[in-house]
Amino acid sequence: MNTKTLNKSKLDTIIQDFGSLIALIFLLIVLSVVSPDFRNINNLLSLLKQSSVNGLIAFGMTGVILTGGIDLSVGSVLALTSVFCAGMIRSGVTPLLAMVGALAMGMVFGLISGLLVAKGRLQPFIATLITMTVYRGLTMIFSNGKPISQLGNDAFLNGIGKGSFLNIPVPVWILAIVFLLFYFVLNKTVFGRKVYAVGSNEKAAKLAGINISLTKIWVYVVSGFTAAFAGLILLSRLGSAQPTIGAGYELDAIAAVALGGTSMNGGRGKIYGTLIGVLIIAVLNNGLNILNVSSYYQDVVKGLVILLAVLSDRKR
Amino acid sequence: MQIVMKNINKSFGGVQVLHNAGLAIADSEIHALVGENGAGKSTLMKILTGVYTRDSGQILVNGEEVEYTHPKQAEAQGIVFIYQELNVMFDLTVEENMFLGKEIKKQFGILDKNAMKSEAKKVLDRLGVEIPVDCPMSELSVGQQQMVEIAKALMVDAKVIIMDEPTAALTPKETEVLFKVMRSLKEKGVSIVYISHRMEEIFELCDRITVLRDGEFIGSKDIGDTDMNDLVKMMIGRDIGERFPKRNCTQGEVVMSVKNFTKNGVFNNVSFSVKAGEVLGVAGLMGAGRTEIMQSIFGNLPYDSGSLEIMGKPVHIHSPEQAKKLGIGFITEDRKTEGLMLEETIKKNVALTNLSSISKNGVLDKDKENNLVDKAIKELSIRCFGPSHICSNLSGGNQQKVVFAKWIYINPKVLILDEPTRGVDIGAKKEIYTIINKLAESGVAIIMVSSELPEVLGMSDRVMVVHEGRVGGFLDSGEIKNIVPQKQATQENVMILATGGTL
Repeated sequence: MNTKTLNKSKLDTIIQDFGSLIALIFLLIVLSVVSPDFRNINNLLSLLKQSSVNGLIAFGMTGVILTGGIDLSVGSVLALTSVFCAGMIRSGVTPLLAMVGALAMGMVFGLISGLLVAKGRLQPFIATLITMTVYRGLTMIFSNGKPISQLGNDAFLNGIGKGSFLNIPVPVWILAIVFLLFYFVLNKTVFGRKVYAVGSNEKAAKLAGINISLTKIWVYVVSGFTAAFAGLILLSRLGSAQPTIGAGYELDAIAAVALGGTSMNGGRGKIYGTLIGVLIIAVLNNGLNILNVSSYYQDVVKGLVILLAVLSDRKR
Repeated sequence: MQIVMKNINKSFGGVQVLHNAGLAIADSEIHALVGENGAGKSTLMKILTGVYTRDSGQILVNGEEVEYTHPKQAEAQGIVFIYQELNVMFDLTVEENMFLGKEIKKQFGILDKNAMKSEAKKVLDRLGVEIPVDCPMSELSVGQQQMVEIAKALMVDAKVIIMDEPTAALTPKETEVLFKVMRSLKEKGVSIVYISHRMEEIFELCDRITVLRDGEFIGSKDIGDTDMNDLVKMMIGRDIGERFPKRNCTQGEVVMSVKNFTKNGVFNNVSFSVKAGEVLGVAGLMGAGRTEIMQSIFGNLPYDSGSLEIMGKPVHIHSPEQAKKLGIGFITEDRKTEGLMLEETIKKNVALTNLSSISKNGVLDKDKENNLVDKAIKELSIRCFGPSHICSNLSGGNQQKVVFAKWIYINPKVLILDEPTRGVDIGAKKEIYTIINKLAESGVAIIMVSSELPEVLGMSDRVMVVHEGRVGGFLDSGEIKNIVPQKQATQENVMILATGGTL
């Protein structure tokens, strides 16, 4: 019986690992055949560029979900850190310093969520629902509900969202580097093992001498960091900080994680799955736009694609 | 009700798990069904009750051939399966559980609470147990929950009740009550199929016994015509020799001593010490606080007062992380929910406690990890397809060996074992005893909590008996001639101390 179950689970792992990749390739081929505009190299690059914001958030989200948690606050963290950054720049702080400050703040905001979950023993959904609401409120207070613009012409601030290096947009480089970092940490380090262990069986992990609280707190800190980073890219691209920005981004990130085959219960999942999930969402957005599909229908299609992905995941 | 199952075959995905298996149950008898883990006992019973369908073979109920495709059909005929993992809704009350899916209704579908309550009470009274019907299930002991399940079976007028390891989580007292109930059911004409690993209980309770091995029917015997050795031989196909292997051990210094450990309302003034190379057995009734004492020492449960010394140095342990650093290992009584990441590989499980020794600056060293796991599989003879075997697909005994592997390679000074052989079959039990002996011989101090008296007596150098959160006394084991009888670790002495008596 054991051989069979083992083989079966291997086959399933392959389907699970490559199912979303196959779906992505399928989408790419179909859209390329249907639309010459889609297969244009510039369109593909801008597609990647657009995916970088959701990508960064989704990577952070993957870490959180692997521990069995969820981070609903990412959109609010993104908004709060970017109005904060813009505000600092407007008040004369060097843009680079303001950007580093925004990243640090993102980590602090993540830390607060992490503490609520790990030490306050709130359910992650509730804890981050609270921080999501509070951070959004703080964003409104800080900005008076108005966009903060006229941020000058700083090379760093412009570069991070709009620049290119070797003909490839900087956000795409950032996405790639952060992806590699996540891949390394989750697969090759002790911390990565702990993240999976906490999500796989928290009691067993604790009894194995693993500091559960610390592991959980860190994944929220990282999630806050990636959300803030995504905020900086948006800030650069738009040239202003919008207090309402980022609302609903947590759902796109969660969708990408789910598309990538990561279990919402934690313990199982791959960061490259999330990358593929991010790309699927970006390709759908981009392709449906090019095909002039109304945005109402786009959402329906996106929902159905996620449904398909989750169903194929559950077949195990 | 007479049931005959003959030449039952069943495959799951091309692998045959039952091969000419069978069983014959007579009217009003208690019939033991035994075999090692994976021998096919539960599968055979699930085929009888329609959970699975057979590939071939014959099932006769009162002489008529039947094939149930759903447990409801078997239930309608009076055949009920009480699973090892009880099917209990913890937040519902006793009465709500008993009437789940068969509620008594008044007009317009409104529930007739009073009728259900009095009916539930009647059935429980018939069993001779006192359980308030308004009580939520979660507030009952496991033994009481089991009684409710049996009551549920009686409500559908069961003629054959199948019980899968019902005593695994019961206290001796609850076991006694259960046995009484089973005997009185028998007298009323109900037949019971009793699946268990506990030989002592089988010989006390059962009329006939059927042995399965590797999915095959090996034989049926009247209980009077067989003995323990005979049965074990039938179960594993060979002689295992001594049940408890000998060890050759010299005891060293005191490694750990616990003084006046107290957690209010749970345990009180617990003091003991354990030496290098010593196996200290910890006996007592279920719920006496043994597990809680050990969990507190390991830092997994807080305690109120008391002190702890490791190698003569006072330490304060607040987390398992800290305990591990001080050289304490802990093998939990519940390997499935606390000991293993069941859906993970052997490799990842063994690595989990050894992360610091297989990494450098926080980065994992693949070679070191692979070497460690290969060594573990070889030294503990874990039967598997390799390091990437998923733990949920291992037998209970091999799962337990993986849990041992997690702790052996941190080179512990003290290893706490909580029910180390629970749910493990006889062959693997002996392998685990051998592992324990080797550890003791290498100088590890071992604390072994166990509810199986023969195991405590057979394995320990000394036995600490816990009664209601207090140390009832210490008993010495072994053949030392000059132990006074009052100090000797015998079954009687342990039970006297465990129930609050004095020697």
